[in-house]
Parts: sequence; structure tokens; C-alpha cells
Amino acid sequence: MTAEAALRSPREIRRARYLGITYLVLSGFVLWFFGIGSWGEGIADFGMARPTDTFDWIPSLPVPAAAFAIGVAVVFAFMGGVQLVRGFGRWQNRILAIAFILFIFAFLGWAAAGQSFNLVGMLRTAVERSTPITFGALAGLLGERVAVINIAIEGQLLAGAFAGALVASITSNAWPGVVAAVLVGLFFGWVLAVLAIRYRVDQIIIGVVINIFVLGLTSFLTARILAPNPHLNRGIKLNSWRIPGLGDIPVIGPIFFDQTIFVYASLILVAVLAYTLFHTRWGLQARAVGEHPRAADTVGINVYRYRYLNVLLGGAVAGFGGAYFTIGTVGRFDENMTTGRGFIALAAMIFGRWHPVGALSAALIFGFADALAGKLGILQTGIPSEFLLMAPYIATLVVVTGIVGKARPPAADGQVYVKE
Amino acid sequence: MSDRPELEQSPEEKKPGRLGSRLFREITGVGVDWRSAMLVPLLAVITALIVSAVIIAITDVDALRMWGSKPGEAAAETFGTIRDAYVALFKGAFWGLKAFSETLIAAAPLILTGLSVAIGFRAGLFNIGPEGQMLMGGLAATIIGFYFDLPAVIHLPFALLGGLVAGAIWGGIPGLLRAKTGAHEVITTIMLNWIAIRFIDWVLKTSFVQQGGRQDPVSKNVRPSALLPRFFDDPTIRLHAGVIVALLAAAFIFWLLYRTTIGYQFRAVGYNPDAAHYAGMKVTWMYVLVMAIAGGMAGLGGANQILGPLVRATPGFSAGIGFDAIALALLGRSHPVGVVLAGLLFGALEAGGREMQVATDVSIDLILVVQALIVVFIAAPALIRAIYRVRTGGEAERITKGWAA
Repeated sequence: MTAEAALRSPREIRRARYLGITYLVLSGFVLWFFGIGSWGEGIADFGMARPTDTFDWIPSLPVPAAAFAIGVAVVFAFMGGVQLVRGFGRWQNRILAIAFILFIFAFLGWAAAGQSFNLVGMLRTAVERSTPITFGALAGLLGERVAVINIAIEGQLLAGAFAGALVASITSNAWPGVVAAVLVGLFFGWVLAVLAIRYRVDQIIIGVVINIFVLGLTSFLTARILAPNPHLNRGIKLNSWRIPGLGDIPVIGPIFFDQTIFVYASLILVAVLAYTLFHTRWGLQARAVGEHPRAADTVGINVYRYRYLNVLLGGAVAGFGGAYFTIGTVGRFDENMTTGRGFIALAAMIFGRWHPVGALSAALIFGFADALAGKLGILQTGIPSEFLLMAPYIATLVVVTGIVGKARPPAADGQVYVKE
Repeated sequence: MSDRPELEQSPEEKKPGRLGSRLFREITGVGVDWRSAMLVPLLAVITALIVSAVIIAITDVDALRMWGSKPGEAAAETFGTIRDAYVALFKGAFWGLKAFSETLIAAAPLILTGLSVAIGFRAGLFNIGPEGQMLMGGLAATIIGFYFDLPAVIHLPFALLGGLVAGAIWGGIPGLLRAKTGAHEVITTIMLNWIAIRFIDWVLKTSFVQQGGRQDPVSKNVRPSALLPRFFDDPTIRLHAGVIVALLAAAFIFWLLYRTTIGYQFRAVGYNPDAAHYAGMKVTWMYVLVMAIAGGMAGLGGANQILGPLVRATPGFSAGIGFDAIALALLGRSHPVGVVLAGLLFGALEAGGREMQVATDVSIDLILVVQALIVVFIAAPALIRAIYRVRTGGEAERITKGWAA
């Protein structure tokens, strides 16, 4: 990472210049639309607690929308100037993230000007919505770090959701449902692994096929078994569990620590993977398999074992994440209920540069867009929610084209390895 | 790229033979023993149908309950269900003029989107985007269809052309991004699919497109002058000229790929972009052109659906055809003739599946399972080898290059 900052290719210099211009354009945009646009609209009143919280007396945060937006515009102009003159070097991406958050708040201020808006409630929803995306992104990342592309995340999520709902309904207990979801995810991870590693089938094709297969099978089973037998799909779910102590912290508590087990598990898994991938022997060897399998093999790393292990783990993670859709929220299974979250997860993985923390950040941003899309109608901004739902995909397009930021996949990604 | 040892020669240069056998070699690929090349798709279809029958059997809840007490009756019921389902499937696809008509109607968009994926494969590009390209093409056809008031001679070709162009633009974007920035088309086409889906959701609620007096997202109806003409007066036989469009498109792609310099360059880029580059071909330009043509085909597929059976656009009117197209192109070995044959098979499955759902309680979603299984067996001939103990020749198909390039 540091070596990249020292060596700036013409392309990187061009990219930095684009980024600087982007900041300036954003500055003008924020100034015009959010600053002038909310002039005289008054104060946006952000609610900082929900009625059910321990500290429900926390006062709401009044933000003068126009003044705040103008301030953000000034910061953007400064960022653009610095970017164009000397660049931010290693800080480039962190600055980009800060800019993104500022933009969002300027937008929120404009949207909620003159109204009150429960910020904590929405952020809580954002975290909740980001959970399956995080799991999916981690599943994809586990595979791609050992150079197996997993496009089947969508299918694995859907399969997990189905198995979770069915088994939870049969046993009248959510936990066996969770276990079943993991097992089913594991199974589809195994299918991907065997076909991609042993039979050397094109990984992208296998992914597409698993998606079609799971969509067909779960829809078929829903129509054939669940619909005529409502007791097999009766919406058993896990309720949110407030962590004693942590859940009582003002603002942070309700957002992160008054959630379902899925949210906690995703945060823990991100931490575990971030540590193990980059600070343990397993992680180093796994990454070596993804970057240069032949070299890894030469030094005695079992390439196939790593690929199997990671793809299976990825499947299990995605299956668990899939259970969120049923057991974690509504309980009941519906046809194609993942509606492309697996592909947003793929986007989050790329956006997060194949790093667990990056994937989590991207998932949170995408979850935020999702949550905000649901609130736009209430705020009456006139912006169609569909455009916010497009945001994850457009953001990913921007990242993979390398106009802003850079995403480099593991070097051997998607390539078959044949032992000599 | 080293995974593809044999470089295809143009068919004329190969052993001269009768047209039939030459065509056959082209469909099945070069360097493959033709018997095994035919054997794999055939066995793949049969195996997929057998596995699906097993799925029907183990999901027959009533019969499953009886297995303990009355195994004889349970077996009879299970086999009865499977037989009824497959008989209905066959009848819905082929029994009589109406069934044939439905099969052909379903086949037309499948062939067009299948061509879209196939031409991408031939140039070494994996177009996962036909779904989005189809939506954009269909939307353009819808708008031209309801907005303009023209005589049919102009209106219909105009609407079809609009679909083609819109699809070509939507498909050309990933090509351009690949050429200019190296962004992998698998990622960009997936993203553009979803952008198109959300875009359609939005545009159908705008006052310009939404049908008057409707709250739900439904577009205005296309004027009759833009509709593809039907062949029969009988309203139950819906066969329309879209089938001709699809066949003409297949012929065009065949001509383009195998009879023109550009097509030769496409294939050269597909086999070895580096060699093509050193031979003086503009590889990056080829990516844009191939993806635009691929998108155009899918866009035509979308227009075909709107101007044929649908008449108006609704959210997700592409109905997953763009995803089936990937399976279809693989089954058809990415050859225009193969795509037409595979399109007819998938069309038959679609039309028959509808009949199966009506006649028995077996849901049409089973067809997706059948299609997925077919592709697994096509893509992994080793599985077929293992099951049937036959020699199939050839390695697993390797089409994409991963996105680490």
C-alpha cells in the first residue's frame, strides 16, 4: 500500500486530478442545491433517541440546514484545492470517506429542513439493512482472496433464507433454522468449490447457474410445499437483543447494540477476518494462494485445501447471512426475497477493496442508501427512491473503472490452478 | 488464455465437406469428435429432466406421508405426478398448433438474448447484462410505440430499431469501460442490470410513460401500428412476426461472425487478444463493438417482447429471460445455429412449463431448475462422463478470464 503512494503512475496522477475536480464540482453542487436550496427553510431537527431507548430524554440535534451545507461546500472546495495542488497521498481514501459522510449530512439537512427526522432510528435501520450485505461481501471476499470468484452469493443468501424459515417453522425454534441456513449455505459453497476446483468449470458460469438453480428451487418449493402448508412458513424469528450496558449508551447504543444476533455476528466476523486474513499464518497463506498459487504451491502451501476451505467457509457465512432475511427480520419466506442483495454484496466487496473492514464500510453505506430510500417518501424531497437504490451499483461502477479510488482484486482471481 | 489450446480455423479452410456436416462442425465446435459433442447436450438435457423428476417426487408431500403405510399407492401416486407433469410439459410445448405457437413465441426473445451472450463469448467477453439491455431496449420500443403515430410500415421497424439502439447503448457502456479503463465486463454488466431494473421502476411511474388512470407502474399501451403482426386470425394462436425477427438476427450474427472480416476479428480477439493486437487489430475498439452488438441483440429481444405478447411495459417485464440467455448460449455452444436450437428447447420448456403448472400442481419454477442443471452438465462434461461412463472429450469450458486481468 505504501509503495503505491510513492510511485505515482500517470494514470494515478490523472485519477487524483479527476478526484480534485470531483470535489470542486461537489462543492458547487452542495452550495447550490443544499445551501441555496434550503435557504430560509429553517432548521432540520435530528432526533437522537427513540422513545424505547434508555436515554429517551436526549435532546434532538437542531442543524441549520443552509449554514451547514455552505460549511460543507467550503470544506469540499478546500479538499479539492489540496487534492489538485499536492494530493492527499495515503489519506486519499479516508478523505473520500469523510467527504461522502459530509455530503450525506448536507443532503439530510436539506431534505429534513424545517422538519424533524429521527436520525438514530434511521441509522439503526441502516445498520440492520447492511447486515446481509456485509455477510455476502465477506463470503465473496473469502473466496476471492483464494482466487475463487463467487457470483453465487445471491443464491447462497436465498438458500439460507429459505432453509432458515423452513427449519425454524418445523422445529418452532429459530436456532435450528439458523443452523440449517448455515448448512445449506455450506452445501452451495461445496457445490461451487467442487465444480470450480475439481471440475475446473468456469467460476462465473457456476455462480450464475447456482443463482438460477436456487431461485428456481426455492420458488418451486415455496409454491409446492410452503403455500399449501402455511405452518411450514409461519414466521419464527429472533428478536433484537439489547446488550446490557453497551445498549444503554446514548446514540451509539440503539444503533449498534440493540440489534439482532445477526448484526453482532457480522461485526464480530468482520473483526475476526480482518485480523486473521492479515495477521495470521492462515491469512498470509490464503492470500498467497490468491495472488500467486504456483509460488504458494512451491513453498508447500496446499492450494486446493485453502481454496476448498475458504469457499466452504464463504458458503456458510452467506447461508448465515441469508437467514437474516427470514429469521432476522420478517420470519416468513417469500419468493426471491433477497432481490439482488447478493449482487450489492458483490459490489460492497469490490468497493471495500477485498478487505473485511472495507466491505463493512461499503455495506454500511449501501445499507444507509437502502434505509434512506425508505424514508424519502416521508421527507417529501421529490427525489425518487429508485435513484437511491441505484446508488450502490453506480458507486461500484465508478470504483471498478478506477476514476475515483482504485480496486485491485487478488492477482489470480478467477483462474484455475492445475498442480504440476 | 493458455487454457484454450486449439485455434479455430475458419470452416472453409478445414476439411471440405457437405454443407450439413460442415454446419455441424461449426455448431459443435472444432476439434471435438462430433458424436460426443452431440452426446453431451443430449445427456445433459436427459439428466436434468431425471433429476427434476426426483425433485418432483421428494416434494410430493401427500405421497411422502403414504410411503410408510401404503408404499405401493405412494409409488403409484408419485410416478403418476411425474408422468402427468412431463406429459403436460410435452403437450404444452408441441401438441397442436397453439402449443407450437406458444413455444415459438417464448423462443423468440430467448434466441435474441442468447445471441447476445453468444457473440460476447465468441469475442472472449462475458455479457451477463442481457437482462438490463433487454429492459432498456423494451423501454425504448414502448416509448416509440405509444408516443409516435405512424403508419405500420414505418412504425414497427422504427420501434424495433429503437429497441436495438437502446440495447446497443446499454451494452456498449461496459464495452467502452472495458476498453478505456479495463473494468471487467462481468461486474459492469451486473451493475448495469440493476441500474436498468431500478430505472424502469422509476420511469414507469413518470407521467410521460405511465398509463393514464393507473396508480401502479404500468406503461401506456403500444399503438397497434407498432405491434408485430400475427400470423393467424384466431386470437388463441398468438404467433407473431417476432420469430422471424429472431431468425433473421441469428442469420445476421452467423453471417457477421463467419463471413465477414469484422467477425473474424471478433473471434481472433476471443482466442487471443494479444495475438490479435499484434496482428494489427484494434482490440479495444472490438470490445466496444462486440458489446454494442450484443446489447443490440438483447435490446431487440426486449422490443420483441413489448411489441409482441406484452404490448406495454411493467416492472421486470424481462422476466429473467436475460439470465436464461446465459444458460442458453452455453447449451448452444455460442454458435448462432446452436443458439436457435437451444432457444427452441428453452421456449418449449417455457411454454410446456406453463401448461404443466395449469394441468398439475407442479410449479413452472421447476423449469429454472431444469435449465440450471442442463448448464451444469454442459459446463462440466466430466460430470456426464462420470455418470454415464462415456467418453465426451474436451475439458471443462473456460470462457471468462476472471477479473484480475
